[in-house]
Amino acid sequence: MSVVLITIVTLAGLGAIAAVILYLASKKFQVFEDPRIDQVEEALPATNCGGCGFPGCRAFAEALVKADDISSMNCPVGGADTMSDVAAILGKEAGSAKPQVAVLRCNGSCEHRPKLTDYQGATSCAVAAALYGGETGCSYGCYGCGDCVQSCQFDAMYMDEATGLPVIIEDSCVACGACVEACPKDIIELRNKGPKSRRIFVSCVNHDKGAVAKKACAVACIGCSKCQKVCPYDAITMDNNLAYIDYEKCKLCRKCVEVCPTNSIHELNFPPRKPKVEKETPEQAPAE
Amino acid sequence: MQQNIGGQNVLKTFSLGGIHPAENKRSADRPVEILPAPPVVTIPIAQHIGAPASPIVKKGDEVKVGQIIAQSSGFVSANIHSPVSGKVDKVDNVIDASGYRRTAIIIKTEGDEWEEGIDRSPDIKKEISATAQEILQRIGAAGIVGLGGATFPAHVKLSPPPGKTCDILIINGVECEPYLTSDHRLMLEKGEEMLIGVQLLMRALKVDKAIIGIENNKPDAIKHLSQLCEATPGISVQPLKVQYPQGGEKQLIDACIGRQIPSGKLPIEVGAVVQNVGTAYAVYEAVQKNKPLIERIVTVTGLSVKKPGNYLARIGTPVADLIEAAGGLPEDTGKIIGGGPMMGKALTSTDIPITKGSSGILIMPQEIAGRKPVENCIRCSKCVSVCPMGLSPYLLMTLAEKAIWDRAEEEKIMDCIECGSCSFTCPSSRPLLDYIRLGKGKVGQIMRSRIK
Repeated sequence: MSVVLITIVTLAGLGAIAAVILYLASKKFQVFEDPRIDQVEEALPATNCGGCGFPGCRAFAEALVKADDISSMNCPVGGADTMSDVAAILGKEAGSAKPQVAVLRCNGSCEHRPKLTDYQGATSCAVAAALYGGETGCSYGCYGCGDCVQSCQFDAMYMDEATGLPVIIEDSCVACGACVEACPKDIIELRNKGPKSRRIFVSCVNHDKGAVAKKACAVACIGCSKCQKVCPYDAITMDNNLAYIDYEKCKLCRKCVEVCPTNSIHELNFPPRKPKVEKETPEQAPAE
Repeated sequence: MQQNIGGQNVLKTFSLGGIHPAENKRSADRPVEILPAPPVVTIPIAQHIGAPASPIVKKGDEVKVGQIIAQSSGFVSANIHSPVSGKVDKVDNVIDASGYRRTAIIIKTEGDEWEEGIDRSPDIKKEISATAQEILQRIGAAGIVGLGGATFPAHVKLSPPPGKTCDILIINGVECEPYLTSDHRLMLEKGEEMLIGVQLLMRALKVDKAIIGIENNKPDAIKHLSQLCEATPGISVQPLKVQYPQGGEKQLIDACIGRQIPSGKLPIEVGAVVQNVGTAYAVYEAVQKNKPLIERIVTVTGLSVKKPGNYLARIGTPVADLIEAAGGLPEDTGKIIGGGPMMGKALTSTDIPITKGSSGILIMPQEIAGRKPVENCIRCSKCVSVCPMGLSPYLLMTLAEKAIWDRAEEEKIMDCIECGSCSFTCPSSRPLLDYIRLGKGKVGQIMRSRIK
C-alpha cells in the first residue's frame, strides 16, 4: 500500500514542480504575436504562390498586420474580395488593384514561324536560351519547352501541340507571376484583365528590324508604328522596333488591331465585329 | 621526361578523371592552305571574353588590311582589325556563333591594300629588341586573344595582378579535342616563329622557363619542336599522355608541373601562365612583324568531308566558304559544329563568320549527330570518375534542374570547366552539362550580385 502511495505522491510532486517551471518559463520567454496575423492568414487563400511578393501567405499576413498602409499590397489570387476582408480585420484601407491575368506575347506558332534548326538538348527553355536563339529565325520568341507550364501551380497553362505555344486558361490564372519569372525570354506579361475580360495587346516581343522580324515570323511586330499613329489615347509606345500597349491607358477602341499589317495585335473576348457600315452599338463603345 | 613505373614508360597526364574519345584526326597530314579573302567579311564585335569592342568605322568608310575597326572598350576587351581592304558596307546585327543576332561590321572586299608598317615578307625575324612593356603594349594593340578557343584577351593574362608572381610559362600544344589539327599543323609548319613568340611571352612575363605540352599522338610535332628547342635555352617540350581535357589550363598545369590550382582561383595562384601555341605565333607576328590578328588556321573536318584540311582564313570568312574549300557540304550532314566535338557549339547557319576563337569546323553526319533519348540515372557514377575537376555532375545537374542554387554553389558548380566528359560518358545520355551550364550561369549571377 505504502509503495503505491509513495509513487503517487512522488509523481504528483514532480508534475507540480514541472508545471511551475513551465508556467514561469512561458511567462518569462513569452513572445507576443498579434492574434490578427492568424485571422488575416485565415482570410488569405493559402496557396503560398508568392504572387504578392512575400514567401507564402503567412509572411504576407505578417507584413499586412505590420504595415501602416496596405493600399499598395495585393493578393492576386484572392483579389479585391480577399483584400477587403483583410482590410476589415485590420481596420485599414484596402487598395484598388485591378484583377490581372497572364498574357502570352508571342504568336510564333509552327505555322507562322518556320523551324530552321532542330533543338535536341534538355527540355528546358532556360537551357535552350543559354545555348542559342531557338529553333526559328526569331531569337525573341517562345522556345516551346514549357518552363512556364511547369511553373504554374494552378493548372492554368498547357502546351498546345499544334502551335507549339503555351496556352493560358484565363479562368484558372490567378496572376501569381510564376510563369513570368520562369520564362527566360520575358514573353509572358501580367496585364489588367479589363472589363468583361476584354484585352488588347501586342503579341510579339521581337526587337529586330521589320524586314528581319517579318522574315522569321509572319505575325511579328515589324515596328511600323501605324498603331501608335492611329491610337487616340497615346497608349502605344515604340521601343526599338516594337510596339507596346499601356493597359492603363488603353480604352479598348481596337483601332490599332485594324491597322496592324501583320496581325500582331491581339484582341481577346470581344464580340465579333459588325460589318463596317453599321453604327457601333453602345455595348461596343469604349469601356471604363 | 618519362617516368618509369613498374618497368613501363608512363607518360605524364593530369591526376583526376579524363576520357579518351576516338581521335579522328583526319586532317593531321594536310598542310595549311591559304584561303583567299572572301568578297564580303562579317566581323562580330564580340569575339572575345569581356566587353565587346566598340566600332570606330561607319558605313561607307574605306579600310585597309590591318586597320583598326573596333576599339577595346575596357581592360578585359580586345581591339579588332580589318582582315580585308575595302568599304564598310554596314554595321548591323547578324547571327554569329553565339546563336543570337549581335552587332557586326560588314566589309565588302576591294583589292588587297595593307596598312603601312606591316611586314609581309616571309623572313623570320629572330632578334628580339622589344622590352617587356613594349611587348605587352603590342599584344594589346594587335587584339590578340587566347586562340585555343576560350578567347580571353592575351594582354590581360600576361599582366599578373599585384602581389602575384609568375615563375613559369606553359605553352598549350595539346590539342586534346578530337578531329582538330590546326595547332598540330602550326607547330610543324611555323615552329620556329612560334618559339620566337614563346620567347617574347617569356620576356613579357619576366620568366626564364617555358614548357610546351604536347600530347603523344603528335610525335612529329614533339620531335620537330624538341630539335628547335635545343637552340633556345629555357624552353622544353613535355610529351603528355593522350587524355581529354588535357588542354584545359588547370589540367595542363597539373600534367606538366604537378601543381594544383585551388578551387575558384586562377593559374597565376600557382605561379603559372598558360598560352596556346596559336597565341604564341600571333604574338610573334604582332611584335616582330607588326601584324595584328586578322587571320587564323581553321581545321575543316568530319567523317564524311571529302577533303578535310587546315586553312589559313581571314577572320570574318563565312563558314560556307571554308566548307566549300574542303569539298562542299556532304549530303548526309546532320550538324555543323564551330570548334571541336567536345566543347564546340552547333552553328545555326553556314553564313556565320569565323572569329578569332574558331579553331575548327566539324561536320557531323546525320547518323551520329543526334542525341540519344534521355534515360534515368542508373547511379553508375561514371560521370564522377571522369570529371577532371573532381565534381559530382549527376548531383549538379539535379540541383540545377530543381533550382537549388545555394547547394549548387556549395558543391562547387563554378569549378566546372564545361569539358563535357560527363555527358560524353553517361550511359543514360543524360543532359548533364546542359543543366550544369545553366546552373553556372545562375550561380555566377547570384555571386556577382553579392559583391555589389
